[in-house]
Amino acid sequence: MKLKSSILMICAALSVTACTDPARLGGAGGADDPFANGAGGVVPGSASDPASPAYFQQAVGDRVLFAVDQSTLSPEGRATLDGQAVWLLQNADYTAVIEGHADEQGTREYNLALGARRADAARAYLVSQGVQPGRLQVVSFGKERPIEVCSEEACYAKNRRAVTVLAGGLTS
Amino acid sequence: MMVRMLCLMVLCLAPAWVAAQDGPLRIEITEGVIEPLPVAIPDLVPEGAGAGDWGQRIARVVAEDLTGTGLFREIPSSAFISQVSSFAAPVQYADWKAINAQALVAGAVSVNGNQINVKFRLYDVFSGAELGDGLQLAGTTDGWRRIAHKMADVVYSRITGETGYFDSRVVFVSETGPKAERRKRLAIMDYDGANVQYLTGSESIVLAPRFSTTGDRVLYTSYETGFPRIYVLDVGSVQRRVLESQQGTMSFAPRFAPDGQTVVYSLTQGANTDIWSMNIGSGQSQRLTSTPAIETAPSFNPDGTQIVFESDRSGTQQLYVMPAGGGEAQRISFGEGRYGTPVWSPRGDLIAFTKQSKGRFHIGVMRTDGSEERLLTASFLDEGPTWSPNGRVIMFARETQGAAGRSTLYSVDITGRNLRPVRTPEGGSDPSWGPLQR
Repeated sequence: MKLKSSILMICAALSVTACTDPARLGGAGGADDPFANGAGGVVPGSASDPASPAYFQQAVGDRVLFAVDQSTLSPEGRATLDGQAVWLLQNADYTAVIEGHADEQGTREYNLALGARRADAARAYLVSQGVQPGRLQVVSFGKERPIEVCSEEACYAKNRRAVTVLAGGLTS
Repeated sequence: MMVRMLCLMVLCLAPAWVAAQDGPLRIEITEGVIEPLPVAIPDLVPEGAGAGDWGQRIARVVAEDLTGTGLFREIPSSAFISQVSSFAAPVQYADWKAINAQALVAGAVSVNGNQINVKFRLYDVFSGAELGDGLQLAGTTDGWRRIAHKMADVVYSRITGETGYFDSRVVFVSETGPKAERRKRLAIMDYDGANVQYLTGSESIVLAPRFSTTGDRVLYTSYETGFPRIYVLDVGSVQRRVLESQQGTMSFAPRFAPDGQTVVYSLTQGANTDIWSMNIGSGQSQRLTSTPAIETAPSFNPDGTQIVFESDRSGTQQLYVMPAGGGEAQRISFGEGRYGTPVWSPRGDLIAFTKQSKGRFHIGVMRTDGSEERLLTASFLDEGPTWSPNGRVIMFARETQGAAGRSTLYSVDITGRNLRPVRTPEGGSDPSWGPLQR
C-alpha cells in the first residue's frame, strides 16, 4: 500500500500530461502497449479504464503534498490537480470530497485547521480549472489519519497531503 | 445518582479537642522544594460483621491519593508500634511520634447490605491533637472509592490549606491500535484512572471532549457524518445531540462558558478558521474573530468575561486574550516557538498551554498577561493540558515516537514536580478534568 501509492504518485507527477489524455490507454495505442488491442483490452473499472476511479487514483494521481506548515500548492501539486480537473470535467457524474491532512508535528486543533487550508487550496485550484464548485466538498482530518507512521520527515512529507476522494459515478 | 447517595456530615460525637491549626502539621505547597510529609494510614477498623476488608481497601485508596500528590510519604504498617483497634480509643501519640508519623488518619467502617458508613479523624501527632473535627461519610458500596477520595480530600485540604481534587472525574479519548489505524472513543473515569466507562463507540473519530463547569455535560467533536461536528452529551443519560451543523463547514474545539449556556468553538469555512460562540439553548451563534488566520482552541476565564485562544495571525501560533463577546485581542505569548491549546486555570491566575520549540513539545504555564512562563514537561509530543479542580495539577497526553507510538495520559504538579502516568486500561488523549464532585 505504502510503496504502491508513493510509486504511483511519482508516476503521476512525471507523466501528468500524458495521463490526462484518456485516449492513450483506451484508444488504438501503439504496438508495444499490451493493453492496446482495441477497447476489448480495457477492463471496465480497473486502472486501465480511463473513466474509472481507480484510473483517477493511480494514473491521474489523487493527492498533492505540502511543505511543513504550508498550504501553498507546489508546481508538482498544480500539475496533478490539472490532471484531476481534466478528469473531473470528462467524468461529470462524479463528485469529490477533498481530504486535508497534517503530519503529527502540531497540536490537534491547529492541525485540523491547517488540513482545511490544504484541502481548500486544492479545491480552489480545481474550481479555477473549471470544475463546478458544487461537485467538491472539503474536510480536514488534521493529524488523525496518517498513512505513514514513522516519526521522520520521510513519513511526514507523505502525510501532509490533500487527497481527492471520488464519490458518485455510474458504478456507485 | 451516586451524588445523592453520598453525603458528608460532621460527626456530632467529636470531643472538644483543640484543633491544632497553627501547629507544625502544614504543607506550604507554594514553596520551592518539599520534603514529603510522613503520614500513617492504618486500615480502617471494621465495625460489625459486614465490614470485611473494606477498611483495608479504603485506606489503600486514601494512601494512593495522598502519596500520589508527591506531598505525602506513607509510613508502612510494618513500622507501626501501636495499632488502631478501636475508633473510640485514645491515640497513643508517643507511638506514632516514635516512628516519625506527623499525621495519622484513623477511621472505622461498617457495612449493612450495600450501605457503607465510614468515620475518621485526622491527628496532628506532634501537637498531640486532632486536626479538625471527625467526619462521617455514608454511601453505597458501589461508590466506595468516592468515599475514600473524599476522605483524602479532607486530609489534603486540612494539611495544605488548598481544596482537594481526588473526588473528581476526567473525560478523555480512549485510544487503541497503531498510529495509522487508531481507534478512538470517548471515556470517563475517576481522576486516578479507576472506573473507566465508555461514552461512545469507536466507529468514527471522536476528539477533545470538554466537561461543563458542573460536570453534567460534555462537548466533543465527532466525524460520524464524515465531517467534524460538535456534539453535546449528557453524562447521566449518555444522550447526545449535534450542536453545529452548517453545511459545507467544519466545527471543532468546543468549550463551555462557566455559565454552561454558552459554547465557544472553531468554525472552518473554506480555508479560514474563526472562533464563534453559540447559545446552547437557542442555537444562535455569533462570530468572535474575523481574521484570515487560524483561530482556535478558545477557553474562558473563570468568570466568563475573557477568552484565551490561539491564532497564527502573526505568522506562527501564539496565544491571545479577547473579551468574551469578541473584539480586540491582546497577544500574551512572546517566547521562542509556537504556543497552542491554552486553558485558563480554575483559579484564574494562570494559563496552561502546549509549546513547540526546537522540535520538542512542552506543557507550560504562564500568568494571564503572559509573564512568568514556566515549562513543566518536555518530550517528543506533549499536548492538551487540563487543570485539576483546585488548579494545582495539570493532566495532559504524551505520544511516543515512531511506528509503535502510543498516547498516554500524564499528570504533573504546576511546580513541574511529580510527573506520573495515569493508569488507564488503553491509551489516552485529550483529557478534560471535571469539577470536584458533591
